[in-house]
Amino acid sequence: MADHAPAILLIAPLFAAILVSLAGIRRPARRRIPAAPSDEPTIGGKPFESSEFPQFKEDKVCFMLTLAALTVSLVAALTMLGQVIEGGAIRYFVGNWSAPLGIGIELRVDHINALVLVMISTVALLAAFYSHHRVEEETSGRTSQYYTMFLLCAMGLMGMTVTGDAFNLYVLLEVAALSGYALVAMGDKRASVAAFNYIIIGTIGASFYLLGVGYLYIKTGSLNMIGIREIIAEQGLAESKTIQVAFILILVGVFIKMAFFPLYAWLPNAYTHAPSTSACLMAPLVTKVSIYIMVRMMLTVFGPSFAFDAIGWGDAVVLLAAIGIIASSLIALAQTELKKMLCFLVVAEVGYMVGGAWLANHHGMVGAIYHILSDGLMTLCMFLGASILLFKTRQTSISGLVDLYRKMPLTMAAFTLGMLSMIGVPPTCGFFSKYFLIRGGIEAGQWLYVVALLFSSLVNAILFFRIIEKAFFGELPAAETGHGHAAQGHHKDEASVIDEAPLSMVAPLAIAAVGLLFIGLNTREIVTVIEQTLNVLALTGGGG
Amino acid sequence: MKALGLMVVVVVGALLLYAVGDFPAWGDPQSPASQHEISRHFITQSIPETAVPNMVTAVLADYRGYDTMFETVVIFTAGLAIIGILGMARLTDRESLKPMAETRPGDRDMIVINTCRQVIPIMQLFAFYVVAHGHHSPGGGFQGGVILGASFILWAIARDLPTALQGIKPRRIVFLAALGVVIYAGTGVLSLAMDAKLLDYSALHGFLPPAPADAVPNEIMARSHGMLIVEIGVAFTVSAIMFGIYTYLSSMGRLKGGL
Amino acid sequence: MDIFQDIVIARFNYWIYVILMMVGLHAMIVKNNLIKKLIGMSIFQAAIILFFVSVGVKDGATIPIVSHHGHAEESAETWHSVDPGHPDEGAVHDHGHHEINPDRHANPLPHVLMLTAIVVGVATLGVGLAVSQKIYREYGTLEENELLEKLRSNDG
Repeated sequence: MADHAPAILLIAPLFAAILVSLAGIRRPARRRIPAAPSDEPTIGGKPFESSEFPQFKEDKVCFMLTLAALTVSLVAALTMLGQVIEGGAIRYFVGNWSAPLGIGIELRVDHINALVLVMISTVALLAAFYSHHRVEEETSGRTSQYYTMFLLCAMGLMGMTVTGDAFNLYVLLEVAALSGYALVAMGDKRASVAAFNYIIIGTIGASFYLLGVGYLYIKTGSLNMIGIREIIAEQGLAESKTIQVAFILILVGVFIKMAFFPLYAWLPNAYTHAPSTSACLMAPLVTKVSIYIMVRMMLTVFGPSFAFDAIGWGDAVVLLAAIGIIASSLIALAQTELKKMLCFLVVAEVGYMVGGAWLANHHGMVGAIYHILSDGLMTLCMFLGASILLFKTRQTSISGLVDLYRKMPLTMAAFTLGMLSMIGVPPTCGFFSKYFLIRGGIEAGQWLYVVALLFSSLVNAILFFRIIEKAFFGELPAAETGHGHAAQGHHKDEASVIDEAPLSMVAPLAIAAVGLLFIGLNTREIVTVIEQTLNVLALTGGGG
Repeated sequence: MKALGLMVVVVVGALLLYAVGDFPAWGDPQSPASQHEISRHFITQSIPETAVPNMVTAVLADYRGYDTMFETVVIFTAGLAIIGILGMARLTDRESLKPMAETRPGDRDMIVINTCRQVIPIMQLFAFYVVAHGHHSPGGGFQGGVILGASFILWAIARDLPTALQGIKPRRIVFLAALGVVIYAGTGVLSLAMDAKLLDYSALHGFLPPAPADAVPNEIMARSHGMLIVEIGVAFTVSAIMFGIYTYLSSMGRLKGGL
Repeated sequence: MDIFQDIVIARFNYWIYVILMMVGLHAMIVKNNLIKKLIGMSIFQAAIILFFVSVGVKDGATIPIVSHHGHAEESAETWHSVDPGHPDEGAVHDHGHHEINPDRHANPLPHVLMLTAIVVGVATLGVGLAVSQKIYREYGTLEENELLEKLRSNDG
């Protein structure tokens, strides 16, 4: 069984998604309350009509299936990490078509994607935990379709990470993208417009990627990542215009998918208006997996020497990354809504990783890969915390987060740990990523990038201390009332009674925060694992 | 906005055309893609290794069957996404079975309905033929599934949506779609259970009766039959989802009225 | 001119796909109506599919299906049926009485890839249409400028 871990990793969420979708079909035993004379459906927020059905049962089933599947995936990912550390890269040929290379589809797990897979399955599992409380209300009763999309999105992201075939990556990219569009569109009223923009821009990105693969195919004849690399090397195709354009196309497509400056316009609206559980799943993962794809293309398919030397645009990319970090940090400063501010911080983090990877030196690449892992958890922590805080305070702006340290101590403690990690305070993992990236930047002589990193830390400090101050010392403005309808549990009818969120919401946040510390304290081991693959891929150290 | 759009288009077009001189000429049999051993392997080895003359089906369902499995998942995802985005809270059937409040004149058009009555069974028979003959002629699960789904849509257009939905209830759409994916992924998992790689159909040769000595060995025939099974799964999913997409889009999710 | 002959005429299929693709991309960016954007997306994806399929073409080749009615595959240009007993250069035996010459059949791989891409395109179009219907249900308009007006006036 352990031999087939790459397959089990994906089959478990797939079957769970099918069972969850079937759970949404129920034979109506009794008549529902007759529909209102106007057949206009109600959308968002309010449930469609109160069913006499015991509806919690369906939700429990969906939730349990989701948790079970994601736990199996996590176990498979950990198994693969162990196998890779002991024995080197795993090569799994689906359908047993191994020779000649490329007639079948290969699943290839080396140290880099083993680590990323563990991160993806952990984040998905924690986000699923959080979702249980909120799904019913946020999706107005379409729980089973929601969880189906959730599982399929997680499966698509994991499938993208585990594959070793360029076209297979496109198919799984589209699985993750389609379920992502649905996850965003199931939100509030503005979510549909955000989802439409996401569809248009996301399709352009994925199509550019597909076109790039086509250009590679027309020149090399192979779709297997290692096969393409070998043919480019054998036939000396690095000078060929087609391969260069293919590289540019693939990278631009991936840049669009990761919301790299200036192609980030879809991200803030999509993640702000999506249901909070969707944002907690997608914000940490979609951009990070796209960055992983970029690293994989640069290192495995094209090779470091081609990626950095052939086109010579490394400096331009780092410059763009630096500008992006500075610009998005400034825009984040101007935001009054908590979630939108976090979205712009996500865009800034993407700039860190892209700039780090393109520094063309060892520390930059290690920093970028390490940051994929740490930023996944950090973003999860931030979005979980923000969702809980906004849920409990019943509003969306930063200024409403008053006096929360006293009322929600556990949540705020975990959220503070996440904030400190974003700022870059040791021993959280945020500090170590910044260390590697800054060191790489200095070695490569990219001073604007280093300045941008420091500037971003400063801006994060300002933003988060603003929140900490409000939550610690702030007072409610006099006219604040109105936590009227006690829809969920713990509210009394009085205005300002906010207390700790339910355990199923706080537990994932706490685990994520502890995870940040865990990664930070184990930095040395993680970096050693990353370096094992980087050495195999012969990434040259030193200056660009 | 228009100027920006034009600029983007010109830049991207120039980038794409920059490499045209480097491409192989159209139809060149010496192009790298055609000369590569992968392509030659598919053409020359598909019959010896899989006993299927249609190379496209062999590649689609066996060599690159993993891709096709996820393609089926893409269709399934799209169908469920549309149901999730447009649908009302619970999937029940009563809502859609209420008779139409007003019928527009021309709804009882005899010519249209009777023509469709003749054509639809032939369409469906042809769809089954396309699925089953995917091994020997152009065809397969996707093509057959779309024709089958189109036959349902034709019925919905000829009569009206609630009538068509009486034949295929909304919950049955999801059930059929899920069944198709289960058939496909289940075949793959069955191989896993035999401790072979995922989607390795030759591991299922134990299910076949022992083959006579001079016939094609069971390992190879198992691949051919495995391909047929997964194509059937694909056909289920595609036909159900095609009809599902039509019902939800044409009625804006209300599942009554519509085109 | 020679260059014109070489780059445009011999490779005209690539020019066609690029022009189509740019038409689609232009529509997606510039058009105001949401449905027109989706149509542009459809054109854009269709162009990519054309590109891939044109990669698989071979002069003088037939479809990638081995016919097995007693005569081997025929070349598209010659109209006589090839005698089964005739061995072909570089051919491979199957069942002892057909020979399969890779140069006589079109490349099957791009066809397979494009089956997938067509399906993905249809799926994305479906989801896009569903989202635009939801927008229409909620805002009553499908024009982007009116939509932005409504969003701006709703913000408060």
